[in-house]
Amino acid sequence: MTATSTSAPAAASDSRSRRPRRARGLWLLAVFAVLGGLMVASILIGSRDVDLADVLAALGGGTDGFDQGAVAKRIPRTLLAVITGAALGVSGAVMQGVTRNPLADPGILGINMGASLAVVVGIAYFGLTSASSYIWVAITGAAITAVAVYVIGSLGRGGATPLKLALAGAATAAALASFISGIRLIRGDVGEATLSWQIGGVGGATYASIGQVAPFLVAGFAICLLCARGLNSLALGDDVAAGLGERVAIARGVSSLGAVVLCGAATAVTGPIGFVGLVVPHACRLLVGVDHRWLLPFSAVTGAALLTAADIVGRIAARPSEVAVGIVTALIGAPFFIAIVRRQKVREL
Amino acid sequence: MLAVAVIAIFAVTLMVGRTFYPPADVIGVILGHDVPGASFTVGTLRLPRAVLAVAAGACFGLSGVTFQTMLRNPLASPDIIGISSGASAAAAFAIVMLSLGGTGVSVFAIVAGLAVAMIVYVLAFKDGVAGTRLILIGIGISAMLDSVTAYVLSQAAQWDLQEATRWLTGSLNGTRWPETVTVLIAAAVLVPVLLAHSRNLAALQLGEDAAAALGARPERTRLVLIVAAVLLISFATAAAGPIAFVAFLSGPIAARLVGPGGSLLVPSACVGALLVLVADLAGQFAFGTRFPVGVITGVLGAPYLIYLIVRTNRVGGSL
Repeated sequence: MTATSTSAPAAASDSRSRRPRRARGLWLLAVFAVLGGLMVASILIGSRDVDLADVLAALGGGTDGFDQGAVAKRIPRTLLAVITGAALGVSGAVMQGVTRNPLADPGILGINMGASLAVVVGIAYFGLTSASSYIWVAITGAAITAVAVYVIGSLGRGGATPLKLALAGAATAAALASFISGIRLIRGDVGEATLSWQIGGVGGATYASIGQVAPFLVAGFAICLLCARGLNSLALGDDVAAGLGERVAIARGVSSLGAVVLCGAATAVTGPIGFVGLVVPHACRLLVGVDHRWLLPFSAVTGAALLTAADIVGRIAARPSEVAVGIVTALIGAPFFIAIVRRQKVREL
Repeated sequence: MLAVAVIAIFAVTLMVGRTFYPPADVIGVILGHDVPGASFTVGTLRLPRAVLAVAAGACFGLSGVTFQTMLRNPLASPDIIGISSGASAAAAFAIVMLSLGGTGVSVFAIVAGLAVAMIVYVLAFKDGVAGTRLILIGIGISAMLDSVTAYVLSQAAQWDLQEATRWLTGSLNGTRWPETVTVLIAAAVLVPVLLAHSRNLAALQLGEDAAAALGARPERTRLVLIVAAVLLISFATAAAGPIAFVAFLSGPIAARLVGPGGSLLVPSACVGALLVLVADLAGQFAFGTRFPVGVITGVLGAPYLIYLIVRTNRVGGSL
């Protein structure tokens, strides 16, 4: 039952996966160009209008006046959007590959919420204050949640069908979210400090927080990319993968670890951001096919572009205030999710 | 049995509080006598609150179990498929952006609840409505609506924020008669409708084809049931806020208490009422500070929710 859910797209894009390298290379260039443009736009555009001279001065390190100060804040913010977007995109692609489930996404499966809850508990009851300790706690929370949701979702007949997994994830996310708001109500004193853990945003970015999370993200990317070949085998079904000489359990475990590290670390700096990991791999599969060796880097770049774009939208949509990027991605991503659900045949859910 | 428990707890709620009133006083107040001291506390403060707890709880329970039975999945409760999220988002919008209060908020919540239910139903419609598709689409819609709520809250002024948060957690604090009466009237109209259709609901539970063979028209029955259930939960939500997980929990708990066979509607209503009464009592007096009832049901309900998924997945049963 699980295999059927991806065999259809796999068969459909069989011809696509044999697409010449050059086309993919061109697409990759195009996506990089889009990302570059968005990064420039993200620095130029904001809730405050800044003229070009000030932007250039700020890029050179100047912080005179409000305008240059504003731009100086936009630079780390843009960087953070790029790296977390890439992390979430890859994390989603790997999760969809590991679970062979078109609905897998760190947000929908509740994994981001698990990371968030772990940090909130840490702040409220264990006196965590430093961003570097958040990261470990968040990754641990994400890992526990990922395992729990997968176990819950794969109990019973049919294994981890998309429906069961999505339901287990959504229910877990709801449960965890109610714990978070419960803790925040009970511990009014930490309410302020934990506010950003309910909705994700990149507004509070600093070079320091980027520096702390970067090693984890690099490690996560490396693990995921090394697993790309294994994921290709897994996509054919466990039996075929084993027949191809893949050690299924190990491939699955290691790539999940990579995905969890990526989304846990990203959540540790931004709070829960949903749907990036869902939308991005689907879009990329249309462009480059199902080969994970191409899909994963593509998802990284596209995820970065999507989150940067979402952040720009959030900044200009409600001037003079801002919409947190987690809200924007949910508004973009949920209709996409619904479209995927509608396309699936009921039997496959 | 359940009904007796509801009445017992209901009575206890009326008697216990910062000051204790003996049963005789309470009965006196209910019968309309003027009992010094007790008249205000019991008649104006405790009675509407307790009545609303029972009424809202019953509405949540009924509405939840209707959805769960109809879609043959315990996760298909209104708080998961987005109806509560819709009501919440609309209420937050009304409170924060339009500075409405009382009736205005209720109207918004009710209209939004209905609208979201319709949207989810329409989106899930493709050669008939499959329960599984409806649940997933509901999850997507509720993710969207929750983010709208989050945005609205982030724009809120301090005072509005407090008001909105209180409403969003679900709270019976400061209940007055008007909203209680509204819920009672809604329940009086809608509960008979639901009960009248419960035979067809049982038929639907056997599956679409079997239901058609038994003479129930699946689409029509479904529509009537959905509208009635959505209205019930919207009215209750408008008065008490989306008290977390009550709609979701009542059905499964009732199913375990009653055992297989038999209609779950009435037991679920009782369980819902019981849950809200007990949680409200606990929220008021079990801890040093007073917590709104929604926090209690949320924190208690979450583990049960997870346990329930584990159990349903393992046995693969319907409730």
